Amino acid sequence: MTTPFAPPPPVAPPRRPLSVVPPRRPLSVAPPHRTLLEPAPGERMRRLRSRLWTALCVLCAVIVLVPLFSIFLYVVARGASGLSVEFFTGLPQPVGEPGGGMGNAVVGTLILIAIACAIGLPMGILAGIYLAEVGRGRLASAIRFIADVLGGVPSITIGVFVYALVVVSMKRFSALAGGIALAIVMIPTVTRTTEELLRMVPSHLREASLALGVPEWRTSLFVMLRTAAPGIGTGVMLAVARIAGETAPLLFTAFNSRYWSTSLDRPIASLPMQILTYATSPYKDWQAQAWTGALVLVLLVVLLNLLARLATSRGVNHR
Amino acid sequence: MSPIDREKPESSAAPAKITVTQLNAYFYNQNFHALRDITLSIPEARVTAMIGPSGCGKSTFLRCLNRMHEHVPGATVKGSVMLDGVDVYAPAVDPVRLRRRVGMVFQKANPFPTMSIRENVLAGLKLNGTRIKDPAALVEKTLRHVALWDEVKDKLDQSGMSLSGGQQQRLCIARVLAVEPEVILLDEPCSALDPIATARIEELINELKERYTLVLVTHNMQQAARVSDYTAFFYMGDLIEFDRTGTIFTNPKESKTEDYVTGKFG
Repeated sequence: MTTPFAPPPPVAPPRRPLSVVPPRRPLSVAPPHRTLLEPAPGERMRRLRSRLWTALCVLCAVIVLVPLFSIFLYVVARGASGLSVEFFTGLPQPVGEPGGGMGNAVVGTLILIAIACAIGLPMGILAGIYLAEVGRGRLASAIRFIADVLGGVPSITIGVFVYALVVVSMKRFSALAGGIALAIVMIPTVTRTTEELLRMVPSHLREASLALGVPEWRTSLFVMLRTAAPGIGTGVMLAVARIAGETAPLLFTAFNSRYWSTSLDRPIASLPMQILTYATSPYKDWQAQAWTGALVLVLLVVLLNLLARLATSRGVNHR
Repeated sequence: MSPIDREKPESSAAPAKITVTQLNAYFYNQNFHALRDITLSIPEARVTAMIGPSGCGKSTFLRCLNRMHEHVPGATVKGSVMLDGVDVYAPAVDPVRLRRRVGMVFQKANPFPTMSIRENVLAGLKLNGTRIKDPAALVEKTLRHVALWDEVKDKLDQSGMSLSGGQQQRLCIARVLAVEPEVILLDEPCSALDPIATARIEELINELKERYTLVLVTHNMQQAARVSDYTAFFYMGDLIEFDRTGTIFTNPKESKTEDYVTGKFG
C-alpha cells in the first residue's frame, strides 16, 4: 500500500487521457421534422388499447356490484312492507292468524353471534398471534394447514360434528351448541386474517418496542396487535357477517324455537332458521315474513359492519 | 459528572461502562461468522463511534450489546459483554431488564404509528404497565431534552407519523430517554436525515454524553470525527483498530484504518 507521500515512480508509462470528450451530438435523437405536437407512429393504437382496458376494468367492477345491489333491492322490495315494530317484538303466530313477528329470532341470532364471538374471537386471534409471532417450524405449519382445511369444511359437517359432540352429550338442542358450531366456522377465518395482518406490521416496530425493554408478550399485544387492529377488525366483521347468515350449522345444534328463550341450554330461534322454515312453508303470509326476515338479516350485517368501522377508525388522528 | 472530573485532561482514560471480551457473533445457525473475537472497552459518559464499510459487523456489534442480536432467527453469540461488571449474557440476566438500561435508536425513525406524540414519549413506560406519577411533566421534560418541545407542544395528540423525519428521530430518542437508560445505542441515526436535521441530532448527542454512555454506528466518517471521543474501525467482522477518535483519524496504527479514513476504499 503506498502512502500519499510516497515519491512518484521514476518513469511514468504513457497513459491514456483520463476522459475523452465525445464529439458533439444533436440534443434530440428524433428526426428533426417530428415535433412534440405530431403523434408518433403507433401512438393512437396505444392510447386506444389503454382506454379499452380501463373500460374493461370499470365494467367488471360494475358487474361485481350488480348482484350485491340487486339482492339488496329485491330483498327491500319484497320485505320492506312487512317491517313494523311488531316484527321485532312479536312472536311467530300460528298459520292463519295475522301479525306476529320474529322478535325471538332477532334476539336469538344476536345471542348466537355473541356466543360464537366469545368462543371464537379469543381462540382465533390468539392462534393467529401464535402463528405470526411465536410459532416456527412443523407445529406452526401443521396448525396453519389445519386452519386452512377447517376453513374449507362445509358448514353442515361442522353442524353434524357439534351435534355428535355437544347435543348428544347434553341430550338436547341448545343455543350453546349453536354458538359453538358458529365459533368453529369463524375460527379459521379469524386466525388466518390475524396472522396475515400481523405479518404486515413492519418488524422495526417490534424491534423498537423490544429495545425499550418491553417483554415480548406485551410487544405482541400492545404494539403488533394494536397496529394491525383496524385490519383485523375488518376481518373479524367479515367472519361475523358470514356466521350471522349461516343456517346449516344450526340445523342440528340450536334448532329453532317458537318462544322467547334466552337460556343457553335450550333450543333457540335464529333469523336464518326462521327464514328457512317460513320460506319453505306453503303459506303466503309466512313467505312474506321470510322476506322481511331476510331484510332484517341483511340490515343486521350492514349495521355490524358500520359499528366495526366506527370502532376501528377511532384513535389517533393521522393527519 | 462532577466539575472536578470535567477539568481532568482528556488524556486520563474514562472508566469502562461496557467491557466486551472475545465476542463472536454468528448468523444462519453459525454458517456466517459476523464478528470475530472482538475485545474492547466502551468508556462511560463518552461517545464511542463504530465505523467501517457496509457488512463489516458494526451494527451486529451494537445489537449484541443489548441482546437484540438474538431476535434474528438463527443468530447466536459467544463471548462476554460486561455491563458494569455483570455479564449480560449470564443465564440470570433477563434481556428485558437489560434493555431498560441499554436503550437503542434505529436507523429509520420508527415512532409507533398507532400512538400520539405524547403516547410515543411514554411508550416505554406505558407498554410495561409502569405507573407514571406526572405524565405531563415527564413528556415536557423529555421533549425539551431533545429540543422538540417547542415544535410539538401544540400537537401532542397527533400521530408521531405527522412529524418530519428529523423530528421523528428526536421523538424516538425522547422515547428512549423516558425509560432512563444508562447506555444509548445509536444505529446510524442520521443516515435518513438531511444535513440540518443531522446537525441537530449531533448537537443532541453532544449534550447527552454528559449523562449517558453513547455508542454510535455511522457510515459517515465526518460524523464520527465530529461527535465521538473514541472510534472503533471494523472490517469484515474484525475489529481492526480502537483508539481515541483523534488518533484514528490523524495517526492510525493500522494501514487498513488509514486507507479507510482517507477514503482509499469503502
